[in-house]
Amino acid sequence: MTDLSLEPHGDTAAHLRQLEDESIHIMREVMAELRNPVMLYSIGKDSSVMLHLARKAFFPAPIPFPLLHVDTGWKFREMIAFRDRMAREFGLRLVVHQNAEGRARGINPFDHDAGTYTHIMKTVALKQALDAGGYDAAFGGARRDEEVSRAKERIFSVRSADHGWDPKNQRPELWNLFNCRVARGQSIRVFPLSNWTELDIWQYIELHGVAIPDLYFAADRPVVERDGTLIVADDDRLPLRPGEKPEMRRVRFRTLGCYPLTGAIESDATTLAGIVAEMIATRRSERSGRLIDKDQAASMEQKKREGYF
Amino acid sequence: MDALADPLQATLLRFLTCGSVDDGKSTLIGRILFDTKRIFEDQLAAVAQASRRFGTAGDEIDLALALDGLEAERQQGITIDVAYRFFATARRRFIVADTPGHVQYTRNMATGASTADLAVILIDARHGILSQTRRHSFIASLLGIRHIVLAVNKMDLVGFSAERFREIAEAYKEFAATRFAFDDITAIPLAARHGDNVTAPSARLPWYQGPTLLDHLETVDVTPPAAAAPFRMPVQWVNRPDSSFRGFAGTVVAGRTEPGDTVAILPSGQTTRIARIVSMDGDRPEAKAGDAVTLLFTDERDASRGDVIAAAAARPEVADQFAADLVWFDDADLFPGRPYLLKIGTRTVSAQITEIKHRVDMESLDQLAAKSLSANDVAVVNLSLAEPIPFESYAENRKMGGFIIIDRVTNATAGAGMIRFALRRAANVHWQAITVDRATRAAQKGQQPAVLWLTGLSGSGKSTIANLVEQKLLARGAHTYLLDGDNIRHGLNRDLGFTEVDRVENIRRVAEVARLFMDAGLIVVVSFISPYRAERQLARERAGEGGFIEIFVDTPIEDCRRRDPKGLYAKADAGTLVNFTGVDAPYEAPETPELHIRTVETTPEAAADTVIAELRRRGMIGG
Repeated sequence: MTDLSLEPHGDTAAHLRQLEDESIHIMREVMAELRNPVMLYSIGKDSSVMLHLARKAFFPAPIPFPLLHVDTGWKFREMIAFRDRMAREFGLRLVVHQNAEGRARGINPFDHDAGTYTHIMKTVALKQALDAGGYDAAFGGARRDEEVSRAKERIFSVRSADHGWDPKNQRPELWNLFNCRVARGQSIRVFPLSNWTELDIWQYIELHGVAIPDLYFAADRPVVERDGTLIVADDDRLPLRPGEKPEMRRVRFRTLGCYPLTGAIESDATTLAGIVAEMIATRRSERSGRLIDKDQAASMEQKKREGYF
Repeated sequence: MDALADPLQATLLRFLTCGSVDDGKSTLIGRILFDTKRIFEDQLAAVAQASRRFGTAGDEIDLALALDGLEAERQQGITIDVAYRFFATARRRFIVADTPGHVQYTRNMATGASTADLAVILIDARHGILSQTRRHSFIASLLGIRHIVLAVNKMDLVGFSAERFREIAEAYKEFAATRFAFDDITAIPLAARHGDNVTAPSARLPWYQGPTLLDHLETVDVTPPAAAAPFRMPVQWVNRPDSSFRGFAGTVVAGRTEPGDTVAILPSGQTTRIARIVSMDGDRPEAKAGDAVTLLFTDERDASRGDVIAAAAARPEVADQFAADLVWFDDADLFPGRPYLLKIGTRTVSAQITEIKHRVDMESLDQLAAKSLSANDVAVVNLSLAEPIPFESYAENRKMGGFIIIDRVTNATAGAGMIRFALRRAANVHWQAITVDRATRAAQKGQQPAVLWLTGLSGSGKSTIANLVEQKLLARGAHTYLLDGDNIRHGLNRDLGFTEVDRVENIRRVAEVARLFMDAGLIVVVSFISPYRAERQLARERAGEGGFIEIFVDTPIEDCRRRDPKGLYAKADAGTLVNFTGVDAPYEAPETPELHIRTVETTPEAAADTVIAELRRRGMIGG
């Protein structure tokens, strides 16, 4: 009879190799068929795995496309330092883009609601960067297990000239035959990690020693608790509400983003093995720590229609 | 093959579920995800909230809602698109393709089935086998699925009757045995809504001794034949970081290889040996089906994207004409003769469907005659490709015999197909080796051959301009020929009417004749309405880039109607002439013609001079 204990005992290394092979196939297909691809690099664990896979896919050649980081100006300081270290270590062509107009207008995650802030500093900024680079394909690290509308997105997702997504007009994807053809002005978002789960990502990082920011590991960090979410005061730009005083708590992050919008979790996991064990036991979804997803029902679908990755 | 010999096979099962809206398909998957703890607390809270708004399960949590990702799905309580779900147990990991049962069912199910090894076909125990059960089984079989689970659901609503279950299971096995070649069919009684026999045995089904659904999914052997077949790898990308390294990157689709093996590069047929299998983690001792690898040869051999590297002793066939099963997706109908792109493996070639042998009626599964195919039609067709390709039948290897059809204009994935076999005449019809060629003939005439393709509405002035152009060319000593409706429609194309199918064939023949005349060294002036971009694109390709001048004779339809030189608009408007371009048949204007002549701003004489000037500018005629 079925053993419903949660830890998969199948051959994990073989399973991860299969996922790796599929992702590498996808990346090579893009390189062979599209004119000017770019890889979105968000510095998180999924981007770290995607970067590792890209190095493998084209080895011994260097990664044949640039990496693009859309910087909102509110990322954890450690993320920026990590990004620059990776670029140096692997000789990456790194393009960093910030929405200068949004910045000049002082758009920030405190005075503006999460939806407005995300739209201007992430969605609009991304569109600006893609237009400026003239890219016809952009890799993203999204996975189908992350969120319900992601489960229905293709691996190759065509976007209109203004980067919109039409969920009802997606190309059927059969076998591993991807239709990479785009009209002038259109582009393709490509998700090579579509079939990976969060646990796969962690097990792969563990197996291959993929570098990730320390923020994923538990440490004592200055935390304020707001509406049940643990916010780490990463710099002195976090406006404290009356009575609020950061206190040191042992926390880590399950996903990384803008520090004012990313909830930490209390944890003692200081090693990859600890994270994997925690992962297997958790009862909350990965995105539960992301404030931007809670705005409205079906909010991810809405954001993607507008051009969000 | 046992689990140790192929751990991949042991660890991952990809399957799809098919059933209609009311069979409880989403509920079944929701139940599996819930029982395998893939639905997290916060997601469950969201589902509970959605259940109160949209649910159909009363006060209970409607697990089906955990699967509906799109706003429209939640509002309408239906699944619109293929979704992929993930779960794992101690024994296996699973990817489920959840495909909707109604809208676009053929397209979505074919998509989900293309990567699945097993299909769970849901049946409502109250209703038994319906026409859709037959349809789902047919598509599963067509896409090469060999393992079937017949999930007889809603057993609670038939009093958990053993007799009802056996009746359905036997009827299904009898039906399937006469039509399909499934390796195994396993019938399992369920009540998904209450969890009976999904992941745990049910006390309410004491007469059933077989496995639960999840038990079966965990243990069924679905080893694909590709693992034991001869080595095949389509070249995906040539890796040349510097002049000393030339690696051929690709994913192995069958068999295995190791350094020292002799391989053939197809279609060229050159042979060489594998020198190394390179990876970032160090050279690999072998490459086998499923591996994404980079191969190095022992000799300098030329291979490029789309070629297939194969075991030299057991090569795949090479051909350019096939019989295939075809599933059509696009809202625009398929017509024989229309040029499409076909992508197979890593190769994309120009292709056309030369004949629709028959269409399959999805209700009765009967074979019907057809002149065109619409979205969600399934047919057996003959195909002709612009160049020969290495291939294997889909039954032998999905990756060597499965292809997609791409619309050349919209870039839509318009259809998908499965090669049955090569048409033998392909091997026997060789191009006649010609020593006197196009260049020789053209040189003799002292001109550069070309096709001047005039397109535009009826009455736009094409023929008038075309006649003047030919006269002017003749006056300059050029050798020409004019193709227009009068000399083609009355002879060569006398058998064709004005339906979309016939228009496509009409232009295809004109394009081919224009090409032959061009080979003869002539400047060919073509004057045809030629309403579709795809056919004009074909004509352009047949002529070769540089030799094709598309001339858009642009006259507003009001002016054409006013001129109406042949009285055709009057008839079309009166309804006595149907399928008339611009009235009740479409005209797709050229987007980037070489010449755009707006007749309201010019005279036929001046327009003809513009064409001559353009030919001079391009150096195609002297003076």
